[in-house]
Amino acid sequence: MKDQKLFKKIVSENNEYERTPVPDNQLKSGKSFLGMYAGEHTAGTEFVIGPLFVAHGVAASDLVLGLLIGNLLAVMSWGFLTGPIATSKRMTLYYQLERITGKSVVNLYNLINALMFCFLAGSMIAVSATAVGIPFNLAMPELTDWYPKTPGWILAVVIMGAIITLIAIRGYNQVAKFANVIAPWMILIFISAAFSALPQLGVHSLDGFIVAAKEVIWTGVPAAGFSKFTIWHVIFFCWFCNMAMHIGMSDLTILRYAKSWKYGFFSFAGMYIGHFVAWIASGILYAVFLQTNVNTNEFAPGPIAYQAAGIAGAVCVVVAGWTTANPTIYRAGLALQGIFPQTKTWKITAIVGGITSLAACFPALVMKLLDFVALYGLVLMPMGAVIFADFYLADKFGFQQEQALNNKKTFTWPALSAWLLTLAVCWLLNYFFGLELFFLGLPGWFVAVILFVLFSKIKFPTLKTKIA
Amino acid sequence: MKTLLKIASYIGLVLTIIPPILFFKSYISLDSSHLYMTIGMLVWFGTAPFWINKKTDESSSES
Repeated sequence: MKDQKLFKKIVSENNEYERTPVPDNQLKSGKSFLGMYAGEHTAGTEFVIGPLFVAHGVAASDLVLGLLIGNLLAVMSWGFLTGPIATSKRMTLYYQLERITGKSVVNLYNLINALMFCFLAGSMIAVSATAVGIPFNLAMPELTDWYPKTPGWILAVVIMGAIITLIAIRGYNQVAKFANVIAPWMILIFISAAFSALPQLGVHSLDGFIVAAKEVIWTGVPAAGFSKFTIWHVIFFCWFCNMAMHIGMSDLTILRYAKSWKYGFFSFAGMYIGHFVAWIASGILYAVFLQTNVNTNEFAPGPIAYQAAGIAGAVCVVVAGWTTANPTIYRAGLALQGIFPQTKTWKITAIVGGITSLAACFPALVMKLLDFVALYGLVLMPMGAVIFADFYLADKFGFQQEQALNNKKTFTWPALSAWLLTLAVCWLLNYFFGLELFFLGLPGWFVAVILFVLFSKIKFPTLKTKIA
Repeated sequence: MKTLLKIASYIGLVLTIIPPILFFKSYISLDSSHLYMTIGMLVWFGTAPFWINKKTDESSSES
């Protein structure tokens, strides 16, 4: 699959074109992006997100309509925001940010990004551990668990974490190759598992599915201790769960290889396979699990998939978690290496693996995955808004583009201030007005753009040449 | 050889998706479906790595 080649380029140690635009002869066809998006967005997280929608009491019609609209908004964000800037500049997110804000702000961004990657990888290690623990009859975490309950759980997670870290230390390529192998099979496992699960709810036809979807699967009643999700939650979660990548501009690094700006729209493959089919399928699996394990509060993707798809389902959970965690650990290592370039890669990867394994011991990372993913996008989003404003609004509002580069500075304050103040405003909106985390990204983006334009006009106004 | 491997891989995928559909339509039992899916998985993992990444390596060396 060509997507492996593209992805390898992006995360390879000899990161090509790190500080220069990608040349025309290195541009990739649309097919590469189609494959890459489909593979990357059908991953271990999907085994958690679908069931969490069920736990949050989403109604069936809200789910389907919400996913259709939210995914469309995400695809449009990739297509209209990330794609045009990526193919115009053809630079990595990091270098683009460095040209605007200076190296020191990028270091801070890298540090936060690396930590977020660690937590994300940690949740995936925990997901894998739930499947590994099946033959050992391991006590699985429950929906309300935040802390590890048993030594067996800690042991399983630490062993999984150690294996995954060792593989990550060995390098990225083998895992990328294995990820290519599992991608088509994994997509089918999601669909197969749903077909296997439905008869266990008494469903043998489409009509029966519609009835069961409303009355048994997505009943609209949240689990104890879980907030109620409406269609708005589904739309905004769906739109913003990859906010760091589209509105936050992380995917500049990928889409800079695109022949056309329109390739951002190819993200539809990932959205409608991974974030539509797979979320619906994993929700069905969880509903079956709840039906056959009445009064259980257990929430473990491994046993859930095993019940529906047998050994193939459990293996799918292990490898899906592993192949998601591994590149994430690797990316976290790369982000930290940007800050500590003298430190050896294996040492940084080992440290990242240690932090990740420690984080994975806490089931809260899995149970609160929706909140974490939303927070992850929100925290990194303002820098995407900065890049957007720098690209589209500099001439219009009269401030200098790429301020740090043009003024030969390693630190500029407009972007950093816009970033921190935006997060402060979002916190205030949440604390005083009760606006939930999932919705903060939208007002936050406008706040970030306005603040950056304002600060840039003050600090770096366009130098006017007077015509006599 | 590559063609044979590909055919075997696709059979692995067929064994992954068709038995659950047959179970859904009540033609086979859940246990049988699980068994076929496991066989499908083994066939896929036993054959796909030999041609999927070969394709990548070849296209890498072309550019």
